[in-house]
Amino acid sequence: MFELRRSALWSLALIAIVIGIASAAFAYTAGWLSPNRLTPGKLVAAFAPPGGPSLGHRRNHAKGICFTGLFEANGAGSELSIARVFVRGQYPVIGRFNLGTADANAPDATVRVRGLGISISTPDGQEWRSAMIDPPMFPVATPQDFYELLRASGSKDPNAIKTFAAVHPEFAAFGDWAKTAPWTRSYAEERFNSLNSFVFIDKSGTEHVVRWSLLPAAEPVAIAPEELAKLGPDFLEQEITRRVAGAPQRWTMVVTVANPGDPTADPTKRWPGDRRKIEVGTLAAQQVEVERDGPCRDINFDPTVLPSGMRTSDDPFPAARSAAYAKSYDLRTAEAKDYPHTVTGGK
Amino acid sequence: MSRGLQRFTVLQRLLHWVMAVCILAMLFIGVGMESTVMPKYLTLVSIHKPLGVAILVLALIRLALRLRYGAPALPSDLPQPMKLAAVGSHYALYALMFVMPLLGWGMLSAGAYPVVLYAGWHLPAILPQSDSLHTLLWNAHFYLAFAFFALILLHMAAALFHALVRRDGVFQTMASVSIDHQLAPANPKRQPA
Repeated sequence: MFELRRSALWSLALIAIVIGIASAAFAYTAGWLSPNRLTPGKLVAAFAPPGGPSLGHRRNHAKGICFTGLFEANGAGSELSIARVFVRGQYPVIGRFNLGTADANAPDATVRVRGLGISISTPDGQEWRSAMIDPPMFPVATPQDFYELLRASGSKDPNAIKTFAAVHPEFAAFGDWAKTAPWTRSYAEERFNSLNSFVFIDKSGTEHVVRWSLLPAAEPVAIAPEELAKLGPDFLEQEITRRVAGAPQRWTMVVTVANPGDPTADPTKRWPGDRRKIEVGTLAAQQVEVERDGPCRDINFDPTVLPSGMRTSDDPFPAARSAAYAKSYDLRTAEAKDYPHTVTGGK
Repeated sequence: MSRGLQRFTVLQRLLHWVMAVCILAMLFIGVGMESTVMPKYLTLVSIHKPLGVAILVLALIRLALRLRYGAPALPSDLPQPMKLAAVGSHYALYALMFVMPLLGWGMLSAGAYPVVLYAGWHLPAILPQSDSLHTLLWNAHFYLAFAFFALILLHMAAALFHALVRRDGVFQTMASVSIDHQLAPANPKRQPA
């Protein structure tokens, strides 16, 4: 062995300092020294109802049903984006109708927000995933605000939402929609909106900031939530299953292009009605399958899964949604035993 | 393995330092992206995937170089436990350089995520979609990342220990940047194997 000299002690101290600094930098990066950092885990945990999350299910939009179908592009979208999905043709879709609730067993009439997730595959091996909802605007302007809203919703303080709304005037428009917009009795009668903005890139490399919506071919028929409740807790899933079995249900995809100066980073702000709109194709839901063994179950409808020709914009939500959806996916796929497949040989 | 080298070959040294930067960046990006929902999350993820593939490719080249050129022998007076630790930790470091990118790729495949490296460039799935596989690989990727970082800290501490305390020339076998001139023969303890 060697003898420890004075200088060796200093050397050991130096080594300890170097390793200590490296460890501290790592810990800082991981957020362990920043208890206030909004992590995907915190955001996802904030969705949990008092009784805990629905194990094995998505942490939000937990109740849903799968479908498969086609996206029929009419070619018009190619003017805005080089994405293959806009070249005239038919592309397979895996989708999911869902309710904006953390409770996988919530009765339909108790859930105000309805959603649609789709994944469109193209022959070049790329995918376009999108998760849309039926309100025409988002309740909050930033992911941090969204977290505060979730905390207020889960708070024991009966005035928490009022307090939140007072500090966040942009929340009022969503509140009005929730109170006054008619309910429908079918997923097929809903209009679903991206709300978040994205960037489309065309052949010349020009970028267009866009949002998109799926407009139902079916005529919406209003129904009071009390009437919907009488139809049963799972009426929407039963109805869409019957309806699609009878005939494919369709939505027209409309892409809205922002003008310079439009608020592209804030999904609480609607763009003026005169903005350019392009119908790019039709979504057809052709077959509905229960989620438990359905093709949508283990798909994460992460809105940042985009083909080339599209990218995220300055809207901060797709990144937050991507991070949170991934966390939710990691949690629920690890809980498959709590939501077992019924088909033998299931994954 | 050793062929009596005083130092690693210049290619090995270059690759070591390039990969050191890449792997450290990768581990910091990994824990960083798992800690945020801000837009930098997407930036970090978009670096994490192609950088992981780059590390896998570099690891292949590195292994080939190691098999071809070997490594300088450890000092003969190095205590046996330290020799074992040195050899063992290097096997582990090599294993992790291969395993981590493959776990990441496999995990994304099992989760039915497209493995996009750069706009329009994607890798094929290497596993079928499976929630149980996804969970297994995700856990392995997650926990091994911390093991990898701990091993790198140990590696750094050992390298500095050789450089500052033992002063036995081991550090210089990898650290020296000069291409043409060999280590000064001021290392009586160094013995070519």
